[in-house]
Formats: sequence, structure tokens, C-alpha cells
Amino acid sequence: MKNKAKEIRKQILKMAYESNSAHISSSLCVVDILTVLYWDIMKINPKHPNDKNRDRFILSKGHAAAALYTVLADKHYFDSKLLQTYNKNGTLLGDHPIYGIPGVELATGSLGHGLPVACGMALNEKLLNTKKRIFVLISDAECQEGSVWEAILFAGQHKLKNLVLLIDYNKLQALGKTKDIIDLEPFKEKFQVFGWNTQIIDGNSVQELKKTLASRSISKPTAIICRTIGGKGVEFMENDWQWHYKNLDKNLYELAVKLIDK
Amino acid sequence: MRNAFVKQLVKQASANKNIILLTADLGYTVFEDYQKKLPKQFCNVGVAEANMIGIATGLALSGKTVLAYSIASFATLKTVEQIRNDTCVHNAHVIIVGSGSGFSYSNSGPTHHTLEDLAIMRTLPNLTIFSPADPQEAKWCLAQALKLKTPVYIRLGKKGEPNLYSKKPKLVLGKPGIIKQGKDYLVITTGNIAYNCLLAEKILEEKGLKGTILSMHTIKPVNTKVLGNFLKKYRHIITVEEHTLLGGLGSIISETIVDLKLKNCELKKIGVPDTFTFVSGDIKYIRDLYGLSPEKIADTILKELKK
Repeated sequence: MKNKAKEIRKQILKMAYESNSAHISSSLCVVDILTVLYWDIMKINPKHPNDKNRDRFILSKGHAAAALYTVLADKHYFDSKLLQTYNKNGTLLGDHPIYGIPGVELATGSLGHGLPVACGMALNEKLLNTKKRIFVLISDAECQEGSVWEAILFAGQHKLKNLVLLIDYNKLQALGKTKDIIDLEPFKEKFQVFGWNTQIIDGNSVQELKKTLASRSISKPTAIICRTIGGKGVEFMENDWQWHYKNLDKNLYELAVKLIDK
Repeated sequence: MRNAFVKQLVKQASANKNIILLTADLGYTVFEDYQKKLPKQFCNVGVAEANMIGIATGLALSGKTVLAYSIASFATLKTVEQIRNDTCVHNAHVIIVGSGSGFSYSNSGPTHHTLEDLAIMRTLPNLTIFSPADPQEAKWCLAQALKLKTPVYIRLGKKGEPNLYSKKPKLVLGKPGIIKQGKDYLVITTGNIAYNCLLAEKILEEKGLKGTILSMHTIKPVNTKVLGNFLKKYRHIITVEEHTLLGGLGSIISETIVDLKLKNCELKKIGVPDTFTFVSGDIKYIRDLYGLSPEKIADTILKELKK
């Protein structure tokens, strides 16, 4: 699984370099979460992406689309050749996911949308009394959006135990550190008092992710606060908020690939 | 109108268990019967309109037919990005029901006046917009919305609107309904202000003038060809809307006249100017302020005819 995550990270770098795209660190830091979800946890059917029995995943932080596309291609939702078109003229694979790409459950880009929609999906499964789970990945700074808290209240009230919220807790946002802009602490306690099962784990640890995601909630919605490192795997990007927007030149790209392989 | 709508909804939802009604904590004395009969098809999401549209979209993307209800301004303006990004981008079968449109909440100030919704909503791709004039149209709009399987906004008045058609109308999506026929002028209206247009017509009839009144129950899409055939027949065309003059019904007719290159019609738009209304009063009072009372509509038409 570690090798799989490495390959995905290198593919993200390649796509970002070849299309001169941003959001590199945002994509790199969620790779382990996506890898565990798609290879170990979720019930999916890539040949039939709309299979009625599937679990669903919403990438609410749509700016990490490069990571999602790479995972979906690797799971054969679509031909991996499409990845070469990422962010180029005429492609469906823009830098935020579009509805219509096989495997993309929700078009996202504006923050604060994924969790409310996931609540609707989870409510439906609850009403139908199924075992399906709805997973949604948001960024920590996304919790500055009011709509996120409307949904957190709703999920707590309706005990949506089939809803799993993963929070990419890298403590960075577009223009700086989260604590300097709108501090979210105490973060875990906020979810707990809103009626959620809450855990803080290492979001770049495949083992911890597997173990945590394998267990199912008995009665409450689940929030997994995933401590991640922005730009994970590429030392010069790690924990540097400026890599939310920066691009790679040839030298940096080659160095980044070496660092992933290290 | 609202009561007829809800009665019809109870009937449709009883027959179709896939229908679910969400409200953002509004609908006092409106949904009690629905809730009692269909508790599993009802959810009060709390005072959280943006979340309601997100939840509605999630339910719809999972196969449900969802109605999302609030006061029209809250249902459309507070939620516009959710309606666009969630409902419309995904072409989800969410029926947004905005009640108390226009000046229905006249005493409640500009926060409750809904005068911009049509202008904003009609720019959203995939969205069908209904604006019924009376209970018969409201029931028909609901039936259409349930059949469509795509996003819908229904702009409702509040209550007490009478039936305007003398006999049961044959309504068609995108084509205006003919409330009254006459040769001297053409009034095109939408929503419950249509009643005042009918009363204005009666005033003018006493002066020997007979007009046609069309109800644009469908604001989007508009069958331009059919609308154009009406526009071609009249020199004097008057639009009447309880909505800002920017981007609503009057704009639709202006655009149609330009697009069809119609040269012989003179258009007068009656509606609310580009302003907020801070003065309070009952709906009759506020409508009169903006020339929307039957008497003032009749006066405006008369002035147009004398030109």
C-alpha cells in the first residue's frame, strides 16, 4: 500500500508539472486517505460506477482533484490515459472534479457543499435501512464555512451513523496557517459536543487509517480528524502553505520525484 | 394557492412513497396534515436553508423526489450557490418551493420581500421555474414538477388567491395561460398579482376596453414562438409583475421582442423599481405604492392606450 501511495503521489506531480497546475500540496496530503478508502474500505464497483449497492465518497475539498483522478484511474473507473489531459484544453479532468466523470459522486470546488449533500445521501440510506456508508473528505479550513456546521448539527440530530466525515487536518489554508486566520481549536471537542464520534489520527498512516475506518459507528455520525502534512512526501513543500498555489518547474519537479522515491 | 398546493402534495405523496418534503422550519398551519399522514416522508431540517438544499440534492442523487420549502426569499437567495452547484449542476430532482413571494409579507420589511428571485433563478441552467397565478395553476405546476425529474423552482403566493380562469384551463409547460381574451391590449403577468390584472381589466371594460390577460405560469423555459404569436397581435403590451423590473417578466418580454425583431409593439413594464421597501403596510398598501393596485394598473394601461 505504501508503494501504491508513492505511485499516486508521483502521478500527481507529473500531472501538475505537465499542466503547470497548483493545489499540489493539497492533493499530496490526502493520498493515504484516498488509498485506504478505495483499496481497503469502500464497497465499490468501478465497472458499474452507479451500482446501487456502492458506498459513496465525496471529495468536498475539490481542489485535491488530481489525487482523486489518479485513484479513480488506478481503480479503472476510466482509462488512465485520460490523466495525461489533466487541466488541458478540452478535458473533463479540470482542477476541480466535474459531475459526469465516472466515480465522481459530486462536482465540488466551492467549499462547504460536500457535507450537506453527504447528509442527504446518508439520510436516504438510513430511511432505507441499508448498510451503505457515505464518506466525505473536507479540509480543516473548510470548517470555517457556516454550511459545514449546519450539516454537523443535522447529522448529530438525526444520528447518521452511516456518515463518515474525514477532515484533512493539515492546519494550513490558502493564505497562511489556520491558527493565524480562523483558529479551529479545540477542534475535536467541537465535534464531540455536536454529538459525533470523534477521533484524531495520523492521516498519513495507512495502518491507522485502515484500523479506524474499518470500525462502524453504532449510533452517531463519525468524524475522523486526520492529522496530515501538506505536501506530504516532498520535503520542500511540506507544511509550507504557499504550495497551495505554487507551480513546479523542471528542476523542482525532478527533485520532488526523487524525494518521493527516497 | 398555498393550501391548494399542499392538498395536492398530500395526494401525490400518499401515492408515491419516494417523495420527501423538507422544510427549513417554516410552514406553520401548512404542513400539519402532511406531517400527520406522511411522517416518514417529512423532515424539518431546522433553520438552515443552505443545508436544506444540500440535503435535498443528496437525497435526490440517491433516488428520492425532494421538495424543499421555505419563504421564497430564504429559499432562493440565501441558498443560491447550493441551488446552482448542488442541485442544478447535478440536474437533481429537487423542487424548491418558495412561499410568500413578492410582497406577501408586506409588513415584514425587505428581508421578507421576494423581488429578485425570478431574475436570479432564471440564469441557472437546468432549472425550470413556475410562478402560478391561482390555485389551479399551482396544482398543475406541482404535477409538472413531479413529472420533470430535473430541478424546479415554484414561486408561490401565500393564501387566499381566488381561481382566475372561468373554466378549467388547459395548461402547457412554457406556454402562457389565457385568463381573459380581448382585442384592445395585451397584459402579460405572472404569479398572484394576476388577480389585480383581472380586476384592472374589469375597470377598463366599464370604459369599453377589452384586453387579453396572459399568465406566465412558466417563467423558464418559455415557448418563444407561442409567446411571439401573441405579441405580434397587439400594439399595446403591458407586463405586470410583483418583482423587480430588473431581470424578471418584463425583461423576458423585452428580450423576446428584441429576439423576434418585433417592430410594431409598444411595451410598458409595471413592477418594482430598483429599490428596497422600508415602509411597512398591508399588501394592498404596498402594491399601490408601486402601481400594482387594480386601479393603478388600469390607469397605466389607459395612459398607454391614449399614446
